[in-house]
Formats: sequence, C-alpha cells, structure tokens
Amino acid sequence: MHESLLAYRRKRFLWIAVALVLICVLAYALQDDAEPHDGGTWLGYTLGGIGAALILWLAALGLRKRSYRSTLGSLQGWVSAHVYLGLALLVIVTLHTGFQFGWNVHTLAYVLMCLVIASGVVGVVLYVRYPRELSANRASLTRAQLTGQLAEIDARSLRVAGRLPPEYRDLAQSARDRTRLGDGVLALLRGADRSQVLLPGAAGGGASIVMNPGQRAVIDFLSERLSRSSDGAQTQALTELMSLAAARRVLLEQLRRDAQLKAWLQIWLYVHVPVTFGLLAALIAHVLSVFLYW
Amino acid sequence: MELPRSSPVHDAAQMSERFKIAVIGAGPGGLSAATHAAELGVSHVLLEQSGAPANTIQRFQKRKHVMAEPGVLPLRSPLVFGPARREEVLAAWTEGLAKHHVNVRYNAKVTNISGARPEFVITLAGGEQILAETVVFAIGLQGNPRQLGIPGEDLPCVQYQLDDPEEYRDEAIIVVGVGDAGLENALGLHGHNRVTLLNTGTEFDRAKEGNRNAVLQAIDAAAMSCYYSSKAVALELANEAEQAQAPYVFIIDIPTGQARLPAHRVIARIGAVAPRKFVESCGIVFPSADPTSLPALSLQYESNVQGLYVIGALGGYPLIKQAMNQGFEVVEYILGHKIEPADHPLFVEKFRRLPLPQNVDAILAFIQQRVPLYRDLNTLMFRELALGSDVHAPQAGSVIFRKNDYSNSFYVIVQGSVEIELGDSDRYRLTLGEGEFFGEISLLSGRRRSGTVYAGAGCVLLESPRREINKLLSSVEAVKRVLDQQFIARAIRAAFAPQASQEDLKPIADRAQLKRYKTDEALFHEGDSADTLHLVRSGSVAISRMLGGREVVTSYLAAGNYVGEMGLMGGTRRSATVKATVPTETVCLDAASFSQLLERNPRLRDAVQATVRKRIAANVEMQSQPQAGDLISFLLRQGLGEATDVLLIDETLCVGCDNCEKACAATHDGTSRLGREAGPTFAHVHVPTSCRHCENPQCMKDCPPDAIRRAPNGEVFIGDNCIGCGNCERNCPYGVIHMETSGSKDDAKKAVKCDMCSGQAGGPACVRACPTGAAIRVSPEKFVEFVSRAARSV
Repeated sequence: MHESLLAYRRKRFLWIAVALVLICVLAYALQDDAEPHDGGTWLGYTLGGIGAALILWLAALGLRKRSYRSTLGSLQGWVSAHVYLGLALLVIVTLHTGFQFGWNVHTLAYVLMCLVIASGVVGVVLYVRYPRELSANRASLTRAQLTGQLAEIDARSLRVAGRLPPEYRDLAQSARDRTRLGDGVLALLRGADRSQVLLPGAAGGGASIVMNPGQRAVIDFLSERLSRSSDGAQTQALTELMSLAAARRVLLEQLRRDAQLKAWLQIWLYVHVPVTFGLLAALIAHVLSVFLYW
Repeated sequence: MELPRSSPVHDAAQMSERFKIAVIGAGPGGLSAATHAAELGVSHVLLEQSGAPANTIQRFQKRKHVMAEPGVLPLRSPLVFGPARREEVLAAWTEGLAKHHVNVRYNAKVTNISGARPEFVITLAGGEQILAETVVFAIGLQGNPRQLGIPGEDLPCVQYQLDDPEEYRDEAIIVVGVGDAGLENALGLHGHNRVTLLNTGTEFDRAKEGNRNAVLQAIDAAAMSCYYSSKAVALELANEAEQAQAPYVFIIDIPTGQARLPAHRVIARIGAVAPRKFVESCGIVFPSADPTSLPALSLQYESNVQGLYVIGALGGYPLIKQAMNQGFEVVEYILGHKIEPADHPLFVEKFRRLPLPQNVDAILAFIQQRVPLYRDLNTLMFRELALGSDVHAPQAGSVIFRKNDYSNSFYVIVQGSVEIELGDSDRYRLTLGEGEFFGEISLLSGRRRSGTVYAGAGCVLLESPRREINKLLSSVEAVKRVLDQQFIARAIRAAFAPQASQEDLKPIADRAQLKRYKTDEALFHEGDSADTLHLVRSGSVAISRMLGGREVVTSYLAAGNYVGEMGLMGGTRRSATVKATVPTETVCLDAASFSQLLERNPRLRDAVQATVRKRIAANVEMQSQPQAGDLISFLLRQGLGEATDVLLIDETLCVGCDNCEKACAATHDGTSRLGREAGPTFAHVHVPTSCRHCENPQCMKDCPPDAIRRAPNGEVFIGDNCIGCGNCERNCPYGVIHMETSGSKDDAKKAVKCDMCSGQAGGPACVRACPTGAAIRVSPEKFVEFVSRAARSV
C-alpha cells in the first residue's frame, strides 16, 4: 500500500526512461559516420530538443508541487518520473554534445545540468535512506515531546541542585543555558555539539567556561565530586543529578541527530533548485546563440 | 376573579403574590415569554435564581460571537436578537426588559412547585411562596452546580465557577474537584496564587490526559499542592492565630487525621445536578429513563401537568432563537390565542411542491397517519421531526441512495413505493410500500448503505436526518423497539438468507437478541463453548489468541461482518477471544437458529465455510508476523476501530517536507486541518492528528444546530451553520477539531476539521501532495491487509 517513489507503479517511469535512453543511444550509434557527432546534425537537434523539453518539464515540478488543487497525476508520480527521466537526461544530453566540450556557454549549460543531476542523485539517496533513520532515532516520539522531556529534565535538575550548595545550581543552570542545538548550518550538518558549561573552580578557584560536548564536562565534574562526597544526603542528590545529566545527554543526542537528518533532507535542495535556475538561463543563452549563429 | 396587576417593583412585605403567568428561568426562552407577557399587560413574574438575566450567555467568554441559528426561522419576540457579540445581545435584552417593565426577580431560586392550573404554589428558597395560574418552565438543561454540602458552604469565599483566573493574585485558593473543570481552574491560577487541590481519590483519571499531566507536573514541581484521599469537612472563619495567613480555614479529613487549610477562596467544581429530578418532582413525566429523553408536550408546549408549560432546551429545543419563539408562543397559547407556530411558513415551503393537499396541518396529520411507526408520537414531537426532515417526491426510477454510500438518514414511505436492490453478484429487488421504512441499517450501525434504493411511481418520502431520529429513539421506546426488530430481521436476511421473505425469517429474528458491549468487553473468550454467532451491527471487534502466554491480536472486524462462525461450524470451543474495540452492538443468533439458516440455504454453508477458510489462512499469516498483532493493537488504540477513513504516514518514506499540511491549508482557507508531526507512532506507522471519520462520530453527538453531517462518500463534515459552541472539539477523543476564524479576524470562530477535500476533484489533497508516497488513507476494509504489509516492511 505504501509504495516508495522509486517503486511507484512497478517502476513504470524507470522503464520509460530506459526505453528512451536505449532509443537515443541506438540512434546515436547508427548515425552516419560522415557527419560530425554533435548538436548540429538532425539527430543532434532532435536530442537537443528532447533534452530541452525534458529540462523544462523537470523544472516544472516546482510548479506542480505547489498546485495543490491540480488533478494532473499524483505528486508522487511526478517525482518518480522526475527522478528517472532526470537520470535519462544525462545520457540524452551527453549524446547531444557529441562529446565536444570547450570554454563556452554550451559547455556551461552542460556542466550546470550535471550539477543539478548530481545534486538530485544525492537527494534521492538521502530521501531513500534518511526517513527510516529519522523515525528510528525519534523512537516513536515527536520533536515536541523530546523537547518537552528536555525541559522537564532541566527543571528537575534545578530542583535537585537546589538541595546542594549554590555552585551546583549555577552548574545546572549554565549547563542548560549554554547547551547548543543547531548553531549554524555546518554544525547542524555535522551534528557537532558546541555546548559549553561554566564549571566551578576547584577549591576556591575561579569558575571557568569549558566545552561540554555530550555533557561530558558536567558528568566528569559530578563524578569527581561524587567520588569525594561523604555526606549521605549530598551523595543522594549528586547521584540524582548525575543520572539526570546522563538522561539529558541521551535526549540531546537524539535531538541533535534529528536536526542533522532533517538538515540533510533539505540542504541538497539549496543546490538543486538555484542551480536549476542557472541552468535555465544558460540553456536559453545556449539555444539563442545556436540559432543566431546558424 | 380579577387578578392583581404585577408591579414592576416587588414588594418584599407581601408574603404571597398571585400572577397569571410565572416564568421560571431568565434564559432566552424565559426572557422572551416574560417580556411578551409584559408587552400584553398580563400579570407575570420572572424568577431567576442567579443575579442577572441570561446566565449562560453571561458566562460566555468576553466578546464571543453569539449565533442565531437556524437562519431560516423567523424571530418572534419583543426582544431583539440576531447574530452579534455577547455584549450586544445582553445589552439589547437588558434594554428590552427595562422598556417593557418586566417584573423580574433575581436571586429567586425555586425549590418546589405544586398544584395545577389555575392554582400553582411556587416555593422559593427562604420559604416565600408565590401563587400563579400557569407556570412556564424555561430552566434549560445546564443544571445547578453541585454544592459542597458542608457547614460554611454559604460563606462568600465559595464560588462554583472561575471567569478569569488573572483576577486573583497571591491568594490561598482551594480547588475542590479533579475533573477537567477543576484541574483547568487550578492550572489557570497556580502561577500567581497558592493553589491546593482536593482529591477524594488517589488518581486524576477523570480528566483529560493533557490536564492530568500538567497538574502532576505542577505538583511534582511543588508549584501546587494536592491532598489525596481527602474529604471536605467544614469551612470556617479563621481564628486569630490563623488570620495572618488567610481570612478562612478549610477543614479537611486526610488519611492521617484532619488538616486546617488557610483559604482566601474555595472553588468547587464538583459537577452539576441535572434539572430532571426537580422537573419530575413537579409532576412532569419523562417517557423513558434515558437521560436524553424529553418530557412529552402538547403542540402548545403544555406538559402532562395542566397549566405547566415547558419551553427551550428542557423541551428539546436547544437553540436561542427557538427558545425565544417558544417564549412568545407559549404566552399566546396560555391566553387562548390561536396563532400559527413560527415554523408554519417553513412547512408551507417544504410542502409546496408535493402532490398533496396544501394545508400544513392536514399534510402533517396525513403523513403521521400513513406511517405506523410515527402514529403514536405526540403531535409536537412529530412536527419537530417533520421540521427537521425533508419531504421528497422523486421521479419514478430515480436513485434515492446507492449501495456503499455513507449516508445515514432514515426514510419512511408516505405514498407510493420503492424498490431496494440487494446482493453482490446475484442481485435481487424487494418492494416496500406505503407506511414502510428503510435506511435503518446505516442509521443504526454508522456503516455504508447495504443496498441501492429506487423510487417507484408516485412516491413521496419523508427523509429524516440521523440526529432527529436519534432524538426520537431516546424519547420514544416504541419507535426504538420497532426499528430494532426490523433491523435484526433485515440484517439476518442480508447476511445469511437474501432470498428469504420477512415472514420466513420471523421465528429466527424473534429469537435473536441485541447485545451491547463496552470497549474492551469480551463477546466470548478462547476456550469457551461455542453456542452463538454474532453479527456486528455497530462498532467493531478485535480477535485475539493466547500465543506464548501473551494475548496477540490477530484480526479486526468492522460492523457488518459476523464472528463466531468457526465455533459453530467446526468444533464446540472458541478458537479465539473476541473483544469490542469501541462500544459495540451485535445481533446474537443461537446455534439452533444458525443451523436452521444453513438448512434453508444450501449455498450459505459454502459461503460460511469459505469465510472460515479465509480467516484460518489470515490467522496463520498474522501469527507468522508477531509484530503485526502489536501494530493492530496500536492502531485500534488510535481509534481505527471506529474509523472509516484515516490518514496514515509511513515514516520510512516521510521526508518531513510538510507538503501535506501546506496542501491542506492551501485548499482550506489557509488553515491546515492536519498536524503531520503530532500524533503517535508505532513500528514506523504514524497516525497524524487528522479526522478518522468515525462510524459513530462522537463529535456529532452534541451539536446544537446539527451542523455535523456525513456525506455519501463517508466524510464527516461541519456545515456552514456551525455556531462555534466548541462541543465537538471537546467531544472528539482524537483532538482533530479546532475552532478557527475563517477569514478576517473579526469573523466568529467556527469548528473546522478534515472534510476529506469534499468537492475537490482527485480526492484528499494531503495524499495527492505527498511527493514520496508516505501519506495514504486507509479504510477499515483494507485495514488488516495494510497491517500485514506494514509489519512485513519493518
């Protein structure tokens, strides 16, 4: 019942794309060797025409995606066709070039097209791999529920810390305040943890801000204090604080991974779509220049 | 005898006054009645227990838009009323009361009414008695808040409602009652007051999950305190030592003894006392014990007690305009004037194109006489039913409804006949004639139509919507009995003996029983001896078996299917446990009846055996996928047991682009009716917050203007006549209904929810807009198949 976009209707569009590619390759191979194998022949024009039409249609997905009332096929069908025909485009246009490249607008258009297709392939791989990971990482919870749990743990940490000397309250508060989630595109994509914490200094020394990735610094600090604690009530509170810090670490990892996967699912579009516009511009320049200098 | 004229100002020294009309309750109906009496110069008194008119509307949120449904009904009242803000409505009424010098007595709580026309004795709290020739009951259905019932409950610090939690600061406030009302009050107050909750038990299980969690969190964080297993004992003025903390003390019993809690304020939210007991104590008879049943009234709104009239919600008319019209009319009737009811022109319009004589009362009487089912109804009740119904004169051969339509209205044949086409592969037709009815199967089960109905020549039909019939069924036992009997006979025929006549099946139908099961109640257990077969008439059931010491759900059956056939066909022991997943009704056949059916119809044995084979195969399939059972259990908990169409998201495909929500918003005035991310997930199957289009929708239950309907394609939708009361939002167990303004901010809020994109070509936009195929809609027939596939892909 649930069918992935690659498997859509028994891979209908894969077979269409394969057939299209085979016909083009066959036509190219059977071409009269007397003529140069480039865009200037009748076959070249035909391949170029097919390529240009495909590019326009592929770019039209952006419009179809936003036509929410459209009854022109399902969006899933469009995306499935978009993937397979987009891959076919690479072969068709490469044949159209006749493998003649140079420092000109024609090759620019070709390179941009390759960039769009490459980013699209990345997108497909991400779309196929990441949703399952995203779902597994959240373990049946929503992001709102995870952040809710985090807020609850933070509140409990502050309450438990309140039973200890004031420096622990400061510690819990700063661990909370200096936790970083996201923090820039690169950090988001790498899943980097740039959290910090203000650690109380040892034996009367001044407090210092240290990096706290994976809440490591807090956990280390607490375990060190715990190993030296002799007061029963204090040990109890420290143990609680420790287990809260550990739970915090797990939740933060989940949230960070969630944000990372979501970022990857979106970032490729920031290449795919703008370069598509560049491609359309280069394509127009390519077509105009070809016809003007005919 | 000359009656004394009422004076606008009540003279307290006068121990008992005598009026022509005493109106009890200053709601819309009562206000309208008293003002009309004042306008006509009739001696009257309006008794209101609270301190102001229109108590319910007073309690509306500030600036709330008050609707004036039904729009087609003209208003008949000396008071002004139309769709407007709460403040405007109240101001207009207050002005009307002053202008006509209406004799209102506020804070006059009636404790007893005795006597009959022309001498009623009305006793007020405090013992004062008022004499009246006639009494108009206009007290509504809200009832009075249940009192604390302890010494000191009259102290001014006790209140039974909380209008604005922001009004109170730094007070010690005790909230009694742990239902949603109590918890919501406590939560609203606890940020800036010291709130103590009093819980007579140890749990908060009567409240919604959200409220419960928020309160437990607040208690855990010591932001609110709570006494469990506690009981209110008394409320007193604080003694000198305690004065410093708060002016009052609330004394409670707790498991370890007694506690004295300082209090500025006590808020009691311990439910309401329904007015029915009081109404009955005045001699008014209700036709059944069903809490929704209405007192029997004459066309002039007179109850069985002569001179005692009932108008408004208590008489079954919950809308403001209806109640106001009745207030006007009841005064006219009391004075002996003959006026046409306000709905008269509506009937004229309704009957205009009928091939019947053109006189409203005559047509109504004619219809009622033709239809045995309605013959014993009182005329007012029938008129109400007819007003809510449609009369059709369809052309011969035209389709009334089609098999598998989701409509649920109920038809009676006033004139002519209809033909019903039943059966799947071998179709056959039955003819129903004058006075007979059809459509009850879908009405009672919430399921699709089981056959197609064609109009015969000269056919006139009365089509009543589900709500009107349900109102009737809860009030008139006889109608319910007849419908149930007919349902059983027709259900048996449709399932097992399509060719048999009604008479042939009568002995079997008479032996069949209608059984009701609560959620999770077992129809039978694995290992029980098998002696009955169940036809599921409404609701749905889950089938489970003990596997490795654990109960595993292996299948699910929606209404319209039968269960228990395996035991009857094969062995004598049940091979599985069958439990209701939602409140469920079944038609129960004993073994002897079933074997009689098998004898009658040689093909039935083959058909049932085929079903048995299919089920055994499905069982084996499900047992090889242990996670499938868990997935079924999960989905049933999400309400799929009563769903007809539900949106599910496969999380292994969803990239979180939210195009489904964007598509929903773009096709519905900019507001998405689905929350993609919210909602539970199990085994990568996510159930977003979106309407399940339940078979027996809870949202429909309590909709004053009957705005929630079911379209032929199954969609449960909210019509334009929604008055924005929010009942459906509260009643929906799945949280899928929201109150939204449609366009500009000034518009009144109305309920919105998924309408399955009715009227849009191509079906639901959410599914069509999903780029990866993650979003699909599933109906119960495909449910088990879906689970089996989903479980395999985990």
